[in-house]
Amino acid sequence: MPGATDKRPRGARAAREKVVPGTGRAILFLLAPFSFFFLVFLIYPTLNVVYLSFTNSDIAGVGKLIGAANYLKLFRDRYFWDSLWHTFYFVILTVVPMTALGLVFALLLFRLRKRTKSIAQILIFLPYILPVSVVYRIWQWMLDTNYGIVNHLLNLNVDWFHDVTWAMPAVAFVTIWWGVGFNVLLFVAGLEAIPREYYEAATLDGMKGPLDSFRYITWPLLWPVTSVVLILQLILQLQILTQPYLMTQGGPFNKTRVALQYMYVQAFQQNHGGYGATIAVAVFVVILLASALQLKVIRLGGEP
Amino acid sequence: MRLRRVTPGGVFLTVFTLATGVVWSFPLYWAVNTALMRDTETVARPPHWFPQPPILDAFRFVLANTRIVRWYANSVLTSVVVTLAVILFTMMCAYPLSQLRFRGRRLLLLVFLAGFMIPQTTNLVPLFMFLNKLGMVNGYLGIILPQIVAPIAVITVVIYKQFFDQVPRELREAARLDGASETQILFRIFLPLNWGVTWAMAIVVFIWTWNNFFWPFIIVSSTPMMTIPVGITQVESWYGIAYSRLMASAMLAALPTAVVYILFHRRVAQGVAMTAGIK
Repeated sequence: MPGATDKRPRGARAAREKVVPGTGRAILFLLAPFSFFFLVFLIYPTLNVVYLSFTNSDIAGVGKLIGAANYLKLFRDRYFWDSLWHTFYFVILTVVPMTALGLVFALLLFRLRKRTKSIAQILIFLPYILPVSVVYRIWQWMLDTNYGIVNHLLNLNVDWFHDVTWAMPAVAFVTIWWGVGFNVLLFVAGLEAIPREYYEAATLDGMKGPLDSFRYITWPLLWPVTSVVLILQLILQLQILTQPYLMTQGGPFNKTRVALQYMYVQAFQQNHGGYGATIAVAVFVVILLASALQLKVIRLGGEP
Repeated sequence: MRLRRVTPGGVFLTVFTLATGVVWSFPLYWAVNTALMRDTETVARPPHWFPQPPILDAFRFVLANTRIVRWYANSVLTSVVVTLAVILFTMMCAYPLSQLRFRGRRLLLLVFLAGFMIPQTTNLVPLFMFLNKLGMVNGYLGIILPQIVAPIAVITVVIYKQFFDQVPRELREAARLDGASETQILFRIFLPLNWGVTWAMAIVVFIWTWNNFFWPFIIVSSTPMMTIPVGITQVESWYGIAYSRLMASAMLAALPTAVVYILFHRRVAQGVAMTAGIK
């Protein structure tokens, strides 16, 4: 069977075409496995979540269509709007600071030589490869009210994860500690792609000092990477769920309960699958709108 | 060729950068430090910067009194299966997208790119219901199957396609003339030429799957079926707060991915940069 099907003469036609025609059977065989999983476990649930949002299903999926009732309820649900605001608050505390810090770290790392650079990069990136529950455990201990090293060094007695003011900033800080390595890595790759000759030429043209070269060469040439980092972080952090779930359990007084956590509570703890799906759709729409908006803003920022 | 002058400012910046790295990873050191202590020593004031002496009691306790060995086995099994499935299926899928002509090729590529944008977290409710109906709750298949199309997997299709696009056309044409089938060409020519990207993506997918928390947390309902990141959140509720044990279990959970990362840090860096479309 292999190769036996294609008996057409090769020549002008095959040479002209960039992509040589393949046999239909081979194409199907190669595409099928991934496409199957893609359809069944990604596309189908994505369509189904919209359908479920118009039903009063429980978490087993038993229920019937109830029109837009869930959406009307969502609109008037103070807990939902609170949780959405908490998500935004978390996004404000993480996305830009984490991007800025990533850039600073990358600039520091970039000028190092091979071995020193590897060591410093490993030290900064290591937290990123930890499971979130390990991150939670480590910081639960670091920030322990009575015996935590942070309170000891600062001579404080704050219950960081359960303090009305500090809970969300603490979760945001831990998230930055965990995730900044990802940004650093992308920025270092971006910095390495800038040709060194640009800096040399600019120095000959009278550009002075590292601040000038950052402003006129590094920043504009790095902007494509910066915009990718900003968009990826925005999409990622809008999906915030696990960190508050583990670290603060949404408390104190639901002050750190974020939108997807409210979805989890409604769907999995209170057995309102349909309403949980409605919250999920709302968050999905917010993510789409936010990333579209950010793309626009970044395009504007990218114009020289 | 770059000449570097050693200046006081440069030395200061280098030392400052390394110090930043040390401070940044200090919490990891602190966790290891605590895991090697007796519980009474963890609360000593002033705190001990080194365990005096280091002991393995906490590790022994965790290994003997929790299901951590089983959680390890669960994590290894599910992560390895997901990684193998993702690499094999995405490679197969990318080959026709890159090399063969068929109707809807561009559209399919766009669909995959759009699929990368779908957050799996907003699909938790329908995914759970679906797997519940299939009877896969609290089973390995339930943990594994949805992770085969995690965003990291979807973007791997696009990455493979980009790498396959760069393979010289002559190689494929010569193989066709020799009578090789498309599948043979993929595994005998395209795969060997792309071992670098394959390793990079396999390591990144493995780390990602090993670390995934919320999906295994949702789909698993019994302690023996937990993966290790989910399992270690249970240690506390059984034995109360005892930080040396909590740190010991956390360090055991982190050990495999940490070792893989330190051994292959360049590959990981390459893989992570590729998932973001950089490099």
